[in-house]
Amino acid sequence: MRHIISMLMENEAGALSRVAGLFSARGYNIESLTVAPTEDESLSRMTIVTTGSNQIVEQITKQLNKLVDVVKLADITEGKHIERELMLIKLNVVSPEVRDEVKRLIDIFRGRIIDVSETTYILELTGTGEKLNAFIDAVDNKIILETVRSGVSGIARGDKSLGLTV
Amino acid sequence: MELNGADIVVQSLKDEGVEYVFGYPGGAVLHIYDALFKQDAVRHILVRHEQGATHAADGYARATGKAGVCLVTSGPGATNAVTGIATAHLDSIPMVVITGQVQTAYIGSDAFQEVDSVGITRPCVKHNFLVKDVNDIASTLKKAFYIATTGRPGPVVVDIPKDVTDPNIKVHYEYPSSVDMRSYSPTTKGNNRQIKKALELISSARRPMIYSGGGVILSGAHKELTEFTQKLGYPITNTLMGLGGYPGTDELFVGMLGMHGTYEANMAMHDCDVLIAIGARFDDRVTGDVKHFCPEAKIIHIDIDPSSISKNVRVDIPIVGDIKHVLTEMNNELGSYSNADNNDLANWWNQINLWRSKDCLGYDRKSELIKPQYVIETLYNVTNGEAFVTSDVGQHQMWAAQFYKFKSPYHWINSGGLGTMGFGLPAAIGAQLAHPKAEVACVTGEASIQMCIQELGTAMQYMLPLKVVTLNNRYMGMVRQWQEFFYESRYSHSYMEALPDFVKLAESYGHVGMRIEKPADVEGALKEAFAMKERLVFMDFITDKTENVYPMIAAGKAHNEMHMSSDRELA
Ligand SMILES: Cc1ncc(C[n+]2csc(CCOP(=O)(O)OP(=O)(O)O)c2C)c(N)n1
Ligand SMILES: [Mg+2]
Repeated sequence: MRHIISMLMENEAGALSRVAGLFSARGYNIESLTVAPTEDESLSRMTIVTTGSNQIVEQITKQLNKLVDVVKLADITEGKHIERELMLIKLNVVSPEVRDEVKRLIDIFRGRIIDVSETTYILELTGTGEKLNAFIDAVDNKIILETVRSGVSGIARGDKSLGLTV
Repeated sequence: MELNGADIVVQSLKDEGVEYVFGYPGGAVLHIYDALFKQDAVRHILVRHEQGATHAADGYARATGKAGVCLVTSGPGATNAVTGIATAHLDSIPMVVITGQVQTAYIGSDAFQEVDSVGITRPCVKHNFLVKDVNDIASTLKKAFYIATTGRPGPVVVDIPKDVTDPNIKVHYEYPSSVDMRSYSPTTKGNNRQIKKALELISSARRPMIYSGGGVILSGAHKELTEFTQKLGYPITNTLMGLGGYPGTDELFVGMLGMHGTYEANMAMHDCDVLIAIGARFDDRVTGDVKHFCPEAKIIHIDIDPSSISKNVRVDIPIVGDIKHVLTEMNNELGSYSNADNNDLANWWNQINLWRSKDCLGYDRKSELIKPQYVIETLYNVTNGEAFVTSDVGQHQMWAAQFYKFKSPYHWINSGGLGTMGFGLPAAIGAQLAHPKAEVACVTGEASIQMCIQELGTAMQYMLPLKVVTLNNRYMGMVRQWQEFFYESRYSHSYMEALPDFVKLAESYGHVGMRIEKPADVEGALKEAFAMKERLVFMDFITDKTENVYPMIAAGKAHNEMHMSSDRELA
């Protein structure tokens, strides 16, 4: 099963390597990992996508909770949640036909062209991992020069939140 | 008070109530050593190798329940300490290790004696810190002691770059009286509903079994455990780490369990219907094959660490909390639950006593060679079962665990989790410093003792009257035993050639050495050695080199698949 674990951590040097080290030392899977500061500059927010049996994921959350730098943690896949990922993709668009085709596709996927050169487009897309995969599948593989994906960010729906005071 | 960083380190240790620091100097900690020189509240014990410092601090911690403290330099000082840090980590021993680091400006430049100590130790500490500002030293040390000693204890490393302890930079010093960390607050009180559920199950048990581990000792819950067990009248077994948590001389105690546990303990585990696991972690050396572990039992597990619960074995009623708190509450409530059916319990005890009557620890007492078991039995008698006993790793460790019946906690000091050869002698140094008047014995093998033998010098310098009991079988006995059983007696590199003359070696350090070669001399030698109250005595017992540790469950087998020695196979 795929799980999204969301964490608030002390914004300290080394916190990230504690998490990464835990996953490699105990042989847990990481599909993606994102981390960035929050509105409270002493905290950073990390989202980890992992897979494993219920027992393994239970161990993962317990072991993460045990890290002294972890302030709060939730497995947001346990409830209703939203997940998004950002992708930047650079395409080789030499002919007018290809450009038209890409413009049509990007409209369907509600992405944007954010950079244009004589031979390339850079597109920006957000969505679930599946949507981004679908876009990649829809584009002619030969024209893809580069893709960059942010990894999943997730948040629980409704009034549930990972804030410190709640 | 205005102090420089080096003085702050030492003053913080003093304000924390630290008696001893085990250490070894070097460039990155010279400012701190200068600060140590100027005072005598915190005593520094100079070891001969940083591994010795960590094991000695660890031994001190295990013998007292307080945090052990080490001070080592950057680079090789820190890497030498890693084995001892990992040893403490796997047994959850509270320890604070201060490592010097190169100047802040040089970090990352492959400077002389630079290693990433925080990175190297990260997987084998409870937590670690790099202190980058002199203003943070006191609060970081406070946190380090707090983290090391609370919740599930463990080692904490504090890495301090040399410029942070600069004698010329003085700042305001105040040692914090308390710590508040939003990201760290261990649970202590057990959940009441879970406790009630557990008590109901406990009182309805027909074939109950108590299985307790090192957590009981770490929590200081031996009295509560004894009361709990005796009120119920249930059989109790201890893990290797839990010995002394319940008096080993009591009728209800069925011995240690696991790979080299007693027949009665392992059979009772296998057949019990309710298992009460207290401060134990279902280690593979204990459970054997988890698929066949306690097949008929409902399991209650009391532990302070939520991640221990259902890690290796799924449990039915988990209780997360400090064992001392939880057992106190259980003891208060026990009266209002009816006891297990007396008939059932009597039948269960009849069965256990039948297993017991097989005398699974029996050995050949008429042998002309010294049997290692006999040495430990005699050690037990000569010391009235009251000595602090440290050990190394191997057969001698198992015999010490089987034959020395520990009456109280903190007295059995061994590296159970990591199994670190070389632990015994420095650990004994720590235990003896903690209890200067007590009898301290290090049970070791001729291979293990050579891994930290240099600490004989430390014992001399501080006049520590340890008694080293070497069971010299000329083999890495435990390795030889596995090779005999599982590799058709191909003794690949397990014979200890070129052994030193241990008597002369001990004497060259200024100690007393003895070689004992006949069973008839064992008791006399031990008595003579323990009568020398001021001297370290190194006893080299030349034991039967073919002796194996029995009973034994081969790795990955079930509790009811035990082997006794070949001539006394069990049904
Ligand atoms: C540092 C270290 N290296 C290797 C081992 C593997 N090992 C376990 S027991 C043992 C033999 C110990 O021999 P000795 O100290 O003579 O004890 P005996 O088993 O003979 O009583 C070895 C090599 C270990 N536990 N620790
Ligand atoms: Mg040996």
